[in-house]
Amino acid sequence: MKKEIPIISKIDRRSFLKIGTVGSAGILLGLGVRCTPSEKILDPAWFEPNVFVGLNEKGEVTIIAHRSEMGQAVRTSLPTIVADEMEADWSKVKVKQSVGDEKKYGNQNTDGSFTIRMFYEPMRKVGATAKLMLEQAAAKTWGVNVSECKAKNHKVSHSSGKSLTFGELAQAASELPVPDESLIKLKKQSEFKYIGKNQKIVDLADIVTGNTVYGMDAKIDGMKIAMISRCPVAGGKVKSFDKSEAEKVPGVLKVYQMEGVSFPTGFDKVLGGIVVVAENTWAAIKGREALKIDWEYGINRDYNTDSYNANLLKASNSNGTILRENGEVKKVLNKKGKVLDEVYTVPHLAHAQMEPPAALAYFDETGKCQIQAPTQNPRWVRDAIASQLEMDRENVIVNITLLGGGFGRKSKPDFVVEAAKIAKETGEKIKLIWTREDDIQHDFVNASGMHRIKVAIDENNKVTAWNQHGMIPSIGGTANPAAKQVGAGEMSQGMVDMPFDIPNLCLETHEAPTKTRVGWLRSVHNIHNAFAIHTMVDEIAEARGMDKVQNYLDLIGGDRIIPFDKMVTGFSNYGEDLANYPWDTARLKNVLKMVAEKANYGKSLPTGKAQGVTVHRSFLTYVACVIEVDLTEKGKIRIPEVHYAVDCGRVVNPDRVISQFEGGANFAASGALRSAITFKDGAVEQSNFHDYQVARMTDSPEKVFVHLVESDEKPTGVGEPPVPPFAPALGNAIFAALGKRIRALPIEADKLWA
Amino acid sequence: MAAYTINVNGEDQKVEVDPDTPILWVLRDHLQMIGTKFGCGIAQCGACTIHANGNAIRSCSLPISAVGDMKLTTIEGLSKEKDHPIQEAWLAHDVPQCGYCQAGQMMSAAALLNRNPSPTDEEISSAMNGNICRCGTYIRIHAAIKTASQKLS
Repeated sequence: MKKEIPIISKIDRRSFLKIGTVGSAGILLGLGVRCTPSEKILDPAWFEPNVFVGLNEKGEVTIIAHRSEMGQAVRTSLPTIVADEMEADWSKVKVKQSVGDEKKYGNQNTDGSFTIRMFYEPMRKVGATAKLMLEQAAAKTWGVNVSECKAKNHKVSHSSGKSLTFGELAQAASELPVPDESLIKLKKQSEFKYIGKNQKIVDLADIVTGNTVYGMDAKIDGMKIAMISRCPVAGGKVKSFDKSEAEKVPGVLKVYQMEGVSFPTGFDKVLGGIVVVAENTWAAIKGREALKIDWEYGINRDYNTDSYNANLLKASNSNGTILRENGEVKKVLNKKGKVLDEVYTVPHLAHAQMEPPAALAYFDETGKCQIQAPTQNPRWVRDAIASQLEMDRENVIVNITLLGGGFGRKSKPDFVVEAAKIAKETGEKIKLIWTREDDIQHDFVNASGMHRIKVAIDENNKVTAWNQHGMIPSIGGTANPAAKQVGAGEMSQGMVDMPFDIPNLCLETHEAPTKTRVGWLRSVHNIHNAFAIHTMVDEIAEARGMDKVQNYLDLIGGDRIIPFDKMVTGFSNYGEDLANYPWDTARLKNVLKMVAEKANYGKSLPTGKAQGVTVHRSFLTYVACVIEVDLTEKGKIRIPEVHYAVDCGRVVNPDRVISQFEGGANFAASGALRSAITFKDGAVEQSNFHDYQVARMTDSPEKVFVHLVESDEKPTGVGEPPVPPFAPALGNAIFAALGKRIRALPIEADKLWA
Repeated sequence: MAAYTINVNGEDQKVEVDPDTPILWVLRDHLQMIGTKFGCGIAQCGACTIHANGNAIRSCSLPISAVGDMKLTTIEGLSKEKDHPIQEAWLAHDVPQCGYCQAGQMMSAAALLNRNPSPTDEEISSAMNGNICRCGTYIRIHAAIKTASQKLS
């Protein structure tokens, strides 16, 4: 076999590129860091200019995808950024998934809609560095000045006309030192070849032929299947159990008790329960069904959704903890004039990503814990396994499979830790599988949200006061018993960053204990915050007799940058400094005006059809939404069209931004029309897709138009921002069509015509 | 345990499994054919859809003892060269996001066009309503089926 000649080398550790910080965790990207021989992730015959790019003498390029793919196209979009700056021919690029190693790759926590935001510039530098080294290699080969050499479309040409292909330059480039960062020149926007243009996803052909491997598909010779029967109430434990019938099921190999954690459980601990290990999945399912278990339910057995919500509503009559205040809201609310006082509720939601949690774990002959898992956060998997199995994190190897959806569920490493623990206990190669029932009943649900909003409108039809009471269990309460209500950090997702220019304003939260595992789900607290706030905005417009768009523009007020960090203690701008990603009302108003124009908002529609409008910034992206409903057929909510106007800064892959909005509309339609997780005696009342319903094709908006603002601003994410403005826009449209105000989700379609 | 011979993608396959084992797990665990996905186990989501004699069925709810001489087709057998009109339409419309449900979606769509090459919009939605896509690719699925239908007719 012909030896492939390595390329581009001689990188020293001084050439680290600092790429900024997210939150308090500084991130270094190993642009100038080579893989050590033992760490090599490309074919051993290859050589890497940095940990992201490899090139061989045939001109084949491999680009490392270090973030998790769950449908948002990161495996495609980040590598196209590299290829563009490198002047690599995309058809000669292969994409390879990295292992979990944040020292090498930088942040791999694929969450918070921040992949493109965080890695747009670094990936450009990764590609541009490789390009410069190839140009330098050509210059050296020809004995000319590098300024006379230009890389384009997989070759470097000299001003005299001669050229060498990237493959031909691989060897020479491999002998060069990595250039200083100051020498790296990024392209002008007009020079982009792939950035800003549609690119098909790299896994497309494999998906349509059934050749993809998700965590559920991971396998290794000799592997056994494991399932766990967990306590129906989070934090409960096994009192006693009888495994005799389970052990009689053919194929069942071992049944034993796994210790679990009491409540608060945290995010990475195992719930424990009775483990069934079997030769195959069906034997595991049947073995588990045959278990008889007596549970000790623990402190959450009193969690009943109805009584819990009734208590929250009572709390809204008292004074809460003030997160943001200006003026004298309570005095103004007692003055003459109109006062609106309404309550909005949104239930817990389950992720219900199509692939339930699953993970393969085993210990290899050297004692390393080998993992294959659909994780959004490989670092957390390593840390959680290392701490809970008392081993060195360097001995936990996390291979990241494709994710059959994530939406935040697979940020938590609990299910992977379960697999690792069973592998250790049994000495077997274990694939742990969650069924759909496990997934719905033991999820980290999104926080429920109840908001009571009081608004005063004076005799001049001006909105003079806004007082909002939020009763919302804290995500923090899943780990910290002291977190009995949400604070400003969590409520920076759409509540305390309310952009309205109202002279008297008071935003407060009340105690709302966390009584189950509450986590984060696609757009998180924005879901209930946006529903409450943007429904109230519509109610205000009705009360004022104003056009809905004009009402919004009036409430938002003048163009300005809002310094929320100076107004709210503990404010978080999605982990970014407001100086870098300001809160800009001009951009907010711009998308609102754009969507109104594109959707022809206010157009004449026949009886039973109407439009609703909202505008909301989340995850640093500005989104306005107009939804048209058709309620002409009794009992059926049809959504003929949705218009989104989106300002997410520079767009890398427009078609995949559009697809995120199409999909986000459907994800939000699930929450608006179908989905609710409720609790009785501490246990989730739903168990599968028959009672935890999600949007199906007949619920889907028929058309989703996505209007992208042309922008040179820094790119921001689009995974989550489609969701928050959808449900309130739909509710507002329903009100416009039927006069029925939607203040609780999911919408009960059968009651609209009652 | 019992021995069965089932026909999958035109080939007879021998397996020895419990009679109530759903075909889904026979495919995935015993025949190592992982293109057919597990989503719910109770015929509610369609991720496990395959064809039995050309009709879409949920393989999670069909026990092997009921298969007999049915001819089963999975995503791996939909075409040899990824050139089934449904696959071509899926590629052209860039339908998938995470992709996990798409094998089931395509098998349902292909079965629909088998029996009704020119479905109306309502017939498409009704036929596809048993297939959940949590990424929400319904609009493109619908459009891709229209494209494939036009090619067939």
